[in-house]
Formats: sequence, structure tokens, C-alpha cells
Amino acid sequence: MSTEATTVHGHGPAPGIMRWITTTNHKDIGTLYLTFSFIMLFVGGAMAMVIRSELAQPGLQIVNPDFFNQMMTLHGLVMIFGVLMPALVGFANWLVPMQVGAPDMALPRLNNWSFWLLVAGMSMLLSTLLMPGGAMEMGWTMYAPQSLQTPFSFAFSIFSIHLMGISSILGSINIIATILNLRAPGMKLLKMPLFCWSWFVTAFLLIVIMPVLAGGVTMLLFDRFFGTSFFDAAGGGSPVLFQHVFWFFGHPEVYVMILPAFGIISEIIPTFSRKPIFGYTAMVYALACISFISFAVWAHHMFTSGMPTAANLFFMYASMLIAVPTGIKIFNWIATMWRGSLTFETPMLFATGFIVTFTIGGFTGVMMALVPADFQYHNSYFIVAHFHYVLAGGTLMALFGGIYYWLPKWTGHMYLERLGKTHFWLTIISLNVLFFPQHFLGLAGMPRRVPDYALQFTDFNLISSIGAFVFGASQLLFLYNVVRTVHRGKQATDRVWEGAHGLEWTVPSPAPYHTFQEAPDVK
Amino acid sequence: MTRKLAVLPILCAALFAAPAAWADLQFNMPRGVTPISHQIYDLHMFAFWMMVGLGVVVYGGLMWTVIFHRRSRRKKASQFHENAKVEIVWTTLPFLILVALAIPASIVLVNTQNFHNSDLKVQVTGYQWLWQYEYLDKKAEPVYGFYSRLSLASLKRMSIDPPKSPWTDPHYLWDVNHPMIVPVHKKVLLLITSGDVIHSFWVTEFGGQVDAIPGRITQWWINVQKPGIYRGVCNQICGGGHAYMPVVVVAVPQDAFYRWLAASRAGRTSGPPTMAQAKALMHGNVPLALNGASSSEKRLASEVKS
Ligand SMILES: [Cu+2]
Repeated sequence: MSTEATTVHGHGPAPGIMRWITTTNHKDIGTLYLTFSFIMLFVGGAMAMVIRSELAQPGLQIVNPDFFNQMMTLHGLVMIFGVLMPALVGFANWLVPMQVGAPDMALPRLNNWSFWLLVAGMSMLLSTLLMPGGAMEMGWTMYAPQSLQTPFSFAFSIFSIHLMGISSILGSINIIATILNLRAPGMKLLKMPLFCWSWFVTAFLLIVIMPVLAGGVTMLLFDRFFGTSFFDAAGGGSPVLFQHVFWFFGHPEVYVMILPAFGIISEIIPTFSRKPIFGYTAMVYALACISFISFAVWAHHMFTSGMPTAANLFFMYASMLIAVPTGIKIFNWIATMWRGSLTFETPMLFATGFIVTFTIGGFTGVMMALVPADFQYHNSYFIVAHFHYVLAGGTLMALFGGIYYWLPKWTGHMYLERLGKTHFWLTIISLNVLFFPQHFLGLAGMPRRVPDYALQFTDFNLISSIGAFVFGASQLLFLYNVVRTVHRGKQATDRVWEGAHGLEWTVPSPAPYHTFQEAPDVK
Repeated sequence: MTRKLAVLPILCAALFAAPAAWADLQFNMPRGVTPISHQIYDLHMFAFWMMVGLGVVVYGGLMWTVIFHRRSRRKKASQFHENAKVEIVWTTLPFLILVALAIPASIVLVNTQNFHNSDLKVQVTGYQWLWQYEYLDKKAEPVYGFYSRLSLASLKRMSIDPPKSPWTDPHYLWDVNHPMIVPVHKKVLLLITSGDVIHSFWVTEFGGQVDAIPGRITQWWINVQKPGIYRGVCNQICGGGHAYMPVVVVAVPQDAFYRWLAASRAGRTSGPPTMAQAKALMHGNVPLALNGASSSEKRLASEVKS
């Protein structure tokens, strides 16, 4: 009787395609998020290839300026809202319940809804490319009044941002609810793995900032279609107001994309150092500190907009202050490795590479916080290099490392180690060939978001484009390695890595469909 | 592993063995030609070397553990995981470094905002996709102005269908039909605004950029130390022509500048200055037509000295 009831109520996955559409299982939804972000990585990456192909030589060769601007805008939006955030949410779905010893997320149906809202939002955003007049052309920052000149597809772009925003808010509520309510007995907050902590903090950030973005883009929508003038100087509004609203969202958003990456790195490094993380409490406080200060630094994106000196000084000091907790994190990672017994399997290679490239982004970040110096750096290729060092050299590297680290647990198969290492070396070398010369371009005076440039910038642009093509091609190795590991590969042990600690390593590999139906005992 | 590492020095050597190829490349920010650009350059270099110093510490530490704390050298990992003293040290030291950076940065910032006592005011207005330069008198009324757009030579070469080579124009996207003309050794206040969307007026040699925002006037001051042609760009995306609205400013000797301005106001020039005319002025060659200004013209010229 009871066995029958079990099958009827579907304690395993539903058969066929319906499993993926109707699933409320945190592992399935995690897989959906990760798969979606993987596809988007190649969509956004293809746009980057268009951009770098056009920029390989001065003059116009491949696309016209308007299409270039659409590619540039969508590349940013796809990479942020379609790749980095969904991938990090995918990690959260897979790992947060397993790491705190919960059977599932606290709100499983909401979880399914968040994912499909994201798919709807992103599809609508991409569909604007096919609409008359094309997609948005003013960069992901959507500055007014430039954004008010876009064709009618603008309304769809704004609606898609609303959908993705709702998806993020719901996902965040779910993570907070899971962490606060479903921790196994004995799993005190200050015992949680740092990955859970990083997402706990990030979820609060998201809940605060997403409604602000929604408000800002709604005002844009009204200005564009209903004759208001929030941001129109001729009607008494102010274009700078939009920048304030946007960056109040936009700056914490950067931390939304980097904090969970910090969490992933904080899991990988202790495992391969065979040492506990150094300064756990300091790491938690540093996370909280970064997210708190991140609400008071937004106008460092607007140093050139003619703010009063006092405001510039305030935002300069606040922005510089963020370097302190970020520094603590970097120092603590190195201290974790210090006098450990290090081995460099692929996840550890990516974690070490993360420290190297992310720190470069951190250094240029401190330089850009200095207002007078920013008068030169602002909006140049210097800042393009900076934020790609943070997001590609930081978050993306952490994501790669995290995938290699947990994939054996998720699939039950070991990935190809040699291929993984090749992927790492190709990625980190081409990443630096791609982005390092962009510092020089920016300092020499090359603006960002241009399809064409003066002849003196040719050499570094060509080097950068070559780096981009190698970087793009290397990701095909990653694709092959992941797809192959899903289907076959050497059987992974339960612990997978001899130095791994944490509840997720106590369950079998692959992790069964349901884990921790009964709460584990946490010592 | 060691075999892989051996490739690195060879690669580096190959890169530096060809200095000729690197001679033309610009790696750093130009020091510029105004007092502010010099201060900003010095601040940038100071910050850069501070970061290099920090980098040596961080990467040195990282390299050290990667090389010496591998399992092949250390079978057993130490298990320490907390040290409050160390945490305090690496909270305080970076903070002190930041203070050392913040002090000069604050001073330079205040200097960039010193807009008083200018000798000349020029209003710069951005449009999609050209610039307008207007010379203002003491009452901030425009006395003479003109529009400045991408040079014809560049325009002819920026085509995708059929694609054309930009290489036959040495100043591709770097030249305009009518450059802005300013006097050297005079404090010139630029009043920057926009007629449509946000643009940004950026000449690296003048130390930085200021956004051109509709409904708002932003400011930047320059005091060009030597005659020359200084090139820049619009640095805020403003639509399809964003890459095609360069800025060219020609700094000319004071005498030539005021004679040119007076003659232009009186309508004795053939129109706004061309690049060739600006270059002649820059060398102090004032064309005959601009000479012999009448006393009323001299008065007109002196009016702009605010
Ligand atoms: Cu512009």
C-alpha cells in the first residue's frame, strides 16, 4: 500500500519532458538554471565575437554601427542576466539545501516559477533583435535621454527586465527562507559553509535593488510612451536622475555577481589546500561589510556628471573603503593556502587563477575610485578591461572552477582532468591577451562602445581580438568536457576530493533525487 | 610543469627583443599639456605604483605558497585557521594605503574644480553627432561660434557597403572640418552642455572628460602650456554616430588667437577655421587678412577677456 502511494505521488522524477517543465526538485531546477546559463554563455559569447571581429581592424568591415550597438547592449544584458546570475542561482539551487542539510528549497513551486520567468524574460529580450528597428542601442545602462530614442521594441526590453527582476526577487526570497528555516539541527548560522553565507547576503542585496531597477525602467517606459518627463530636461526632468536610480541598482548588482563567486572560491581553496578556511568569521563579516558599503558607492559611476565636490569626495572615500573587506578576502584565501598541502586539480587551478585575475580588477578598481584619475579612466577601454577582469576573470573563472568541483557530485562521473587543465591554461592565457591590452587602449584615449576607432589603436585592438577568438574557442573544450561527463566518465567516489568537507560530500555520487529526507546530524 | 614554465621566459624575451615594433605603441596615459592634466597624471602614476607594490605582496605570497607548499614538498598540511592579529594587520595596512591615496586625490579634485578667474569662456555643446563651440563675452553672451564635425576625409572612408580602407587617411576619425581654437597660457573655462542626448567631451591631453548633459552645464578648465593640436572624442554612447564625433582643439599663440577671433567676429575670415588655417595660426603665421585689426575690432577682441 505504502509503496503504491509512493509511486502515485511521484517521489521520483516525472517521465519525459514534463519532468523539466513541472519539476519542483531543487536539483532539477539547479540543472535547468545551469543549462540555461550555459546556452546563454554561447549566445552572449557569439555577440562578443561579433564585437571583437568588427574591432579587429579600424574602419567598418562586418556590421554597421547601429547593429554593433545592439550587439554591445545585448552582450552586456545577456552576460549579466542570462549567464552570470542564472549560473550562480543554479549553484545555489543545487548546493544550499545540500550544504545546510535540507531536503529541498523552502518554496519549491516558487522555485519552478522563478526559473520559467527567467526563460520568458530572456527570450523576450532576445526577440527584440528581430523586431522592426531592432534592439536597444544604448548599452545595458540605458541612460536617458538616449534610451528614449529607441524604437518601440524598447517596451519589450523593459517588460523583459521586469520579468527577470521578479524572477531574481522570488529566487532570493527562496534562498533566504531556506537558509533561515531549513537548516539541519546543529547547523548554526556561523557554521554554514561560506558559499551559503555569500548567497544569504546576496539575496538581501537583490531584494533591495531589483525593485529600484524596476522603478527606474518603468519611469523610462512612461517617458518614452506616455509623455511624462522624469528624465527629459525640456519637461523639467533630469537625465542625471536616471543615472542615480540606475546605479543605486547597478552597483550592488556588481556585488550580486561577485559575492557568490567569492563563496565558490572559499569552498574550493580549503579542499585542495587540505586545510580549513582561514579566518572564517572575518570572511563572513567581510561579506556583510562589502554588501553594506555597496549601497553607498553608486555615484562613483557618475564622477564626470558634474556633481558637487562634496558628493564626489564622499563617493570616492566610500568606494575606496570597499577595498578593505575585499582585501581581507584575498589575504584570507592566500592564508588558507599557506603551509597547506596543495594540489592543483582543475578546480584549484581556476580558483588560483581567479585570485590572480580578480585582484588585477581590484587594483584598477581602487585607481578608478580616485575621482580626478577617473576623469581620465571613465568610460574608456580602461574600465572595459577593469570590469571584464572582475566579471570574466572573477565570476566566470569561479563558475568554471565550481562546475569542475561539483560536477562529479552532480553526475557521478569524473570529468577529463587533462582536458580540464588544457581548458584552464587556454582560458587564463587568452583572457589576459584579450583584456590586458585594453588597459593601454583606454589610457591612450580610446572610448568604449565604439564600432570604429582611430588608426593608432589598431595594434592593441588586434591583439585583443585574437585573444577573444582563442578565449571563445577554448570554451568549446569546456562544453565537450561537461556534456561528456554528464553521460559517462570514471565513477566518482562519494567524497570525490580527499580534502572535501561539508554535508554535500556525505551523500552518494551522483546525489540521489532526494537527499536529507531526514535531517543529518551536524556536529 | 617545469617544461611548461620554461616557455615563459622565451616568450617574454621574444616580445622585448623587438623594441622597434613597440616604439609606436602608447601604453600609458599622456602627461598632457595643462596644469590639471599634469596633476592627474602624477596621481595616476602614484596610484599605479602603489598598486604595483601591493601586487608584489599579494602575488609574491601567492607564488610562494604555490611553489613551496605543494603536496610534493609538504605531505601534511598545517591546520591553523585563525589569527586575530594577522587579520587586524591586513585590515589596517590597506586602510593606511588608501588614506595615502585619498589625500592627494582630494587635493587634485579640489584643484580641478577651481573655475574662478578665467581669461576666456567657451561654450561647448554636443549634438548627435557634432560639436558646437561658442566664444562668450563677459556677460556670457556668445560673440562668435561654429559647428565642428568629422572631417570629409574620414567620412568618405567610413563605409561598410562597400567596405573601404581607412588606412589612406592618417588621421582617420581624428580630424574635424573646423577645430576649436584656444590661446596658450590663458585660463580657458569650458562650459559644456548638450542639445539632445548625453555626450562627453574628452581630450586626454587636457586631463579628462566632462559629460555634456541636456539642461545642465558642466565645467572644465584648461590652461594649455604649449601650442599644438590636441585630439579627443565623445566618450558617452549617443547613438549610431557615437564613434564619429571627434574633438580637435588647436592651441595657438595668444596674439594670433585674439587677432583671429577679432577678424572672425568682424566677418573678415572665409568662415570657421579649417585645419590648415588652424595649423598656420599655431605656428604664429597670421594670414594678412587677419592683420591690421581696426580699433573697434580690438575692442571686440578684448571683450572676450573676462
Ligand atoms: Cu556623443
